[in-house]
Amino acid sequence: MYAFTYHKPTSARQAATLLAKKEDAKLLAGGHTLLPTMKQRLASPAAIVDLGACADLKGITLKGRNIVIGAMTTHAEVAASAEVQAAIPALAYLASHIGDPHVRHRGTIGGSVANNDPAADYPAALLALGATVITNKRKLTAEEFFTGLYETALEEGEIITKVSFPLVSKAGYAKFRNPASRYAMVGVFVAKRGSDVRVAVTGAGEGGVFRWPEAETALKVRFSPKSLDGFKHGSKGINGDIHADPEYRAHLIGVMTRQAVAQATGK
Amino acid sequence: MTTVSLTVNGKAVSANIDPRTLLVQFLRENLRLTGTHVGCDTSQCGACLVHIDGKAVKACTTLAVSVDGAAITTIEGLAQDGKLHPMQEAFREHHGLQCGFCTPGMIMSAVDMVNRRGHELDEKTIREDLDGNICRCTGYHNIVKAIAAGAEAMGKAGVTTRQAAE
Repeated sequence: MYAFTYHKPTSARQAATLLAKKEDAKLLAGGHTLLPTMKQRLASPAAIVDLGACADLKGITLKGRNIVIGAMTTHAEVAASAEVQAAIPALAYLASHIGDPHVRHRGTIGGSVANNDPAADYPAALLALGATVITNKRKLTAEEFFTGLYETALEEGEIITKVSFPLVSKAGYAKFRNPASRYAMVGVFVAKRGSDVRVAVTGAGEGGVFRWPEAETALKVRFSPKSLDGFKHGSKGINGDIHADPEYRAHLIGVMTRQAVAQATGK
Repeated sequence: MTTVSLTVNGKAVSANIDPRTLLVQFLRENLRLTGTHVGCDTSQCGACLVHIDGKAVKACTTLAVSVDGAAITTIEGLAQDGKLHPMQEAFREHHGLQCGFCTPGMIMSAVDMVNRRGHELDEKTIREDLDGNICRCTGYHNIVKAIAAGAEAMGKAGVTTRQAAE
C-alpha cells in the first residue's frame, strides 16, 4: 500500500470540505473494496477521508412510506434491523447474504452502491425497488445513479448520505453466488408495487445492473413464477468468465427470477 | 504518523503509526500478539479475525487508525487466568484442527457466532456462518463439532456472550 494522509471527519459536511480541499482524496467507508485495491497498488489515493465517525451517515428510519438507510449503515445492521425486516423483508434477506458475517460487520450500503460492482447485491435492490440515492448535493433515482460498470453519476466531491427505499407490496431476491467470492454470478431482485412490477438483474450484465422488461410485462399480468414458464433471457450483453459462460448466466437469470418471485409470493 | 489508542484484550495501548498500518500488522508487529494470523491477506480466509467492539472483523482489511478508540479482542484475550476459554477447550477436545494456522480465526468466528445466535447452534447454521473462514486441512467436520460443543459449553459455564475481557 502506498502512503496517504489520513483524515477522520465527524460529519458529512466536514467530509465534503476535506474531499474538496485535499488533492486526490478518496472516501473510506467499510474499506472492504478500497483497502484490498490499495493493497494491490491498483489505487493510490494521496488522502483518505474515513467516514467511520460521521454519525449523521448512520442509522435506519421509517419515514412515511419509505425506509431510509444511512450510507454508513453496515450490511449486518440492515440484515438485523427489525424495521427493514418488517417493511421490506427481501432487503434484509439480501443484506444477510452479502459476503460473509465478518465482511457484513464492516461493509456498508453507501460503499457498495458507490462502487457499483457489477456483481454486487445492493444495486439490484435499488433498481427494482425504485430507490432514491440521496447525496450531500441532490437526489438521484437508481436509474440515474447507476451509469455503467463501476460507474455512477456521482460527481467530484459528492458523498452519498442516504438511500431511501419506498415500501412495496411484494419483493424477493434470489442469488446464485460464486462459492469462493460470494458475489452474485446472477442475482435477481423482483418488486411489486400496485400494478407496477420491476425485475433487476445483477452479476450478469456487461454494463452492470439492468432491468428485464419482458419479464416485468409478463409478471404484471400475473405475479407468479408460472408467468415466466419458458422465459429465457438472451445471452447477448451477458458476462462470461471462468466461472460461467454467457449462456449459462443467461439461463440463471430465468431461474433466479422465478425463485425471486416464488420468495416474494411465499410459494 | 498518526496516534492510535485502543483497548486490546482489556489493556489500553497507544502508539504512533503510519496511517497505512493494517490492524493485523499493528497487533502482530507493534504489540507482538502473533496469535492473529495473516492467511490470504485478501479478506477471504478469516485467519486474521479479531473482535472489534464485540464483532468479528477481518483485521487484514481494516486500518488500525480507523478503529481508534475501539476495544479489540484477539485470540490471546480469550483464556482467563491460565484457563482456556470454553470454545478453545472444545476445539482441543474435538480435535478441531490439524496444522492450526486457521484455528485462531476459527475460534474468534465461533465465539462471534455464539454472540449473534446464542448457545444452540445446529450444523447447518455453523457451516453457513463459517463462510468467512477457510481451513485447508480438516474438511471442517471436527471444527463444526467443536463449535457446537463449545457454544453449549459457553452456555453452561455461564460465559457471557461477550468475552470476559471486554
